[in-house]
Amino acid sequence: MSITSVLITGVGGQGSLLTSRILGTLALELGMDVKVSEVHGMAQRGGSVVTYVRMGDEVASPIIEEGGADYMLSFEMLEALRSVNLMKKNGKIVLNVQEIDPMPVIIGVQEYPKDIKQQLKSKVETYFVDALSVADSLGDARYVNTIMIGKLASIMGGDKEKWINSVKQCVPEKSVEKNILAFEKGYNL
Amino acid sequence: MKKLLLGNQAVARGAWEAGCKVATAYPGTPSTEITENIAKYYEIYSEWSPNEKVALEVGIGASYGGARTIVSMKHVGLNVAADPFFTLSYTGVNGGLVIAVADDPGMHSSQNEQDTRLIGRSAHVPVLEPSDSMEAKEFTKIAFDLSEKYDTPVILRLTTRVSHSRGLVEVEDRKEVPLKDYTKDISKHIMMPGMARKRHIFVEQRDKLIEKDASAMPINNVTYKDKKIGIITSGLSYQYVKEALPDASILKLGLVYPLPYDLIEEFSQNVERLIVVEELEPFIEDAIKAKGIACEGKELFTLQGEYSANLIRKAILGEDAAEVEGAEGLPMRPPALCPGCPHRGTFHVLNKMGLTVTGDIGCYTLGALAPLSAMDTCVCMGSSIGIAMGMEKARGRDFAKRTVAVIGDSTFMHTGINGLIDVVYNKGNTTVLILDNRTTGMTGHQNNPTNGKDIKGEPAHEIDFEPLVRAIGVNNVVTVDSYDLKKLEAAVSEALEFDGPSVIIAKRPCVLLDKAFRKPPLKVNHDKCTDCRECMSIGCPSIIVRNGKVEIDTTLCVGCALCARVCPSKAIGRSE
Repeated sequence: MSITSVLITGVGGQGSLLTSRILGTLALELGMDVKVSEVHGMAQRGGSVVTYVRMGDEVASPIIEEGGADYMLSFEMLEALRSVNLMKKNGKIVLNVQEIDPMPVIIGVQEYPKDIKQQLKSKVETYFVDALSVADSLGDARYVNTIMIGKLASIMGGDKEKWINSVKQCVPEKSVEKNILAFEKGYNL
Repeated sequence: MKKLLLGNQAVARGAWEAGCKVATAYPGTPSTEITENIAKYYEIYSEWSPNEKVALEVGIGASYGGARTIVSMKHVGLNVAADPFFTLSYTGVNGGLVIAVADDPGMHSSQNEQDTRLIGRSAHVPVLEPSDSMEAKEFTKIAFDLSEKYDTPVILRLTTRVSHSRGLVEVEDRKEVPLKDYTKDISKHIMMPGMARKRHIFVEQRDKLIEKDASAMPINNVTYKDKKIGIITSGLSYQYVKEALPDASILKLGLVYPLPYDLIEEFSQNVERLIVVEELEPFIEDAIKAKGIACEGKELFTLQGEYSANLIRKAILGEDAAEVEGAEGLPMRPPALCPGCPHRGTFHVLNKMGLTVTGDIGCYTLGALAPLSAMDTCVCMGSSIGIAMGMEKARGRDFAKRTVAVIGDSTFMHTGINGLIDVVYNKGNTTVLILDNRTTGMTGHQNNPTNGKDIKGEPAHEIDFEPLVRAIGVNNVVTVDSYDLKKLEAAVSEALEFDGPSVIIAKRPCVLLDKAFRKPPLKVNHDKCTDCRECMSIGCPSIIVRNGKVEIDTTLCVGCALCARVCPSKAIGRSE
């Protein structure tokens, strides 16, 4: 019973829900069983958000636990480090290098860790992506999501057309073309 | 056809397929999406009721009226609806009546971890518990059938992970169920003592009948594998057990009240070690121990939080699963009011004034956290006003001059209004701030009786706070723009000194709702900035320190300019 577990981490409001929807749709495209566990409510208001996607022949539990993640897609540096214990030793992390200060840092009670890149690299194979710069070059910060999905697709592999199909089904109709462009940019990074 | 549905969407789909005609709810995480999705089906009348008690009462009326009906709420919502709920058990139903109740183990978005199964048992109402989206849909349909077959309301008990996980669901067509005839029957529908005593006999008999039938219900089923370990479980714990102990024998319970004791007895005799795996209370465990069946349970597991496959593996087999060491001592990231949130300025003012603030439930509860730190209490929906009144009655008028109650628009309509009636009637001097952001924010922007739209977004009567609270008897009433800090502070000061109750309506739409609001981000002029850090005291996620200097994160800033208004050096301005 082979299952692929993808962890999505970030800060509430960064678009984890869209990303998990695209991955869920991909699993459907591939004819797999899939479960996606989301965060709604209070945790969405700028807090840490962890979303789980598990696909395979038969998926029972919707959550990813310690030692369970094959891949992590993270939108924020600190949030990647926070969930690194959920990774498998041979897992891979795709990380948007954006830093968002949490409130304890903003009010000066704690410091934002300075060595996140080194810490992550010493633990798990990690790909660093400056998705925000790429998105800015496309004219809208909101394309960070599909850029990251593109990068994840190039690392996870599989039929690229199926990935693109899944993106198409999940983004607003009027921005399909731009999103596919963003996906390609990420894929070729 | 298979669809990838959220557990709550699957419940909505199940209700639709089952021919449900009426759906009511008050929004509450993790239950909200049930009714949001039902609202998309034109065959079903749906409404956001002002609170769960009203939602259930409308549901009871619809059921008596012969329609299949679903009423949805979060676990603490059932407390609000407890009064009609306990007596509804006696009257039974006409059209099938399902009450979907979502518990929140781990308290992702709640104030406690109460276990709805216990309430089901104390009211003698059957409780079904699905373990994924597919079952969420199927069990909803089964719940309607059981409700009509046994003349009882039925609880569909969900938990956050079932409600908010997506899974594949085989969808079917709707089956229309004709309205049942309505017949006046005071022996069943009027619960005066004489009638209620007879109905209590019925309730006890119903319990016994369902208990007898439960062992043959397909939703309670046994899978025998290795008989060294036998697990009794239900809900999401079943999925965790399947992953943690793939070789164990499992008795999976779909109906957790009344329990199928014959089936449990038989299973217990066929396995060597019997273990109950259930989140929260030892509900199944206590019940089967009371029947003299020996088992293990809470000596292995905690009452708190969510379980997982790893937790079960560790508790039963002693195995650890971690492969990569985690990082220690990281800064936490609690949720915060959004950039541009109209509540931020209000709490900044209340903090500055050093007042005692009784709080309530909504996004604005986040005003309790540093650096705003402007809240003293938060207990339940609508509690802020009563608690402020109680503090005044305990500590006197002078204390009330330093105390305000804050409550959201939707929460005020939910149960806050009763507290205000008490203040007026019993001669309190409470100052109430209604934080009117024109929506029910925290649960994801549902309409409510004060914003002029119904559940489908159609125009509805907009209840106006000012005449409403004046009619109750509050004479000192004022509405201010939440962004106007000076006016707000003046209004609060005046209200605190006013002899008698006061209501201040701090009004401005939720910034997430007002898509047209977004303005260019602000920028710090470092020539003028004296580094006093007053702007950091408003707790805006977009104001940060980089290389020792205050900066504004332009990816987060929405241009509300609250920081510019609190800056004493006028060092913050538009970046255009």
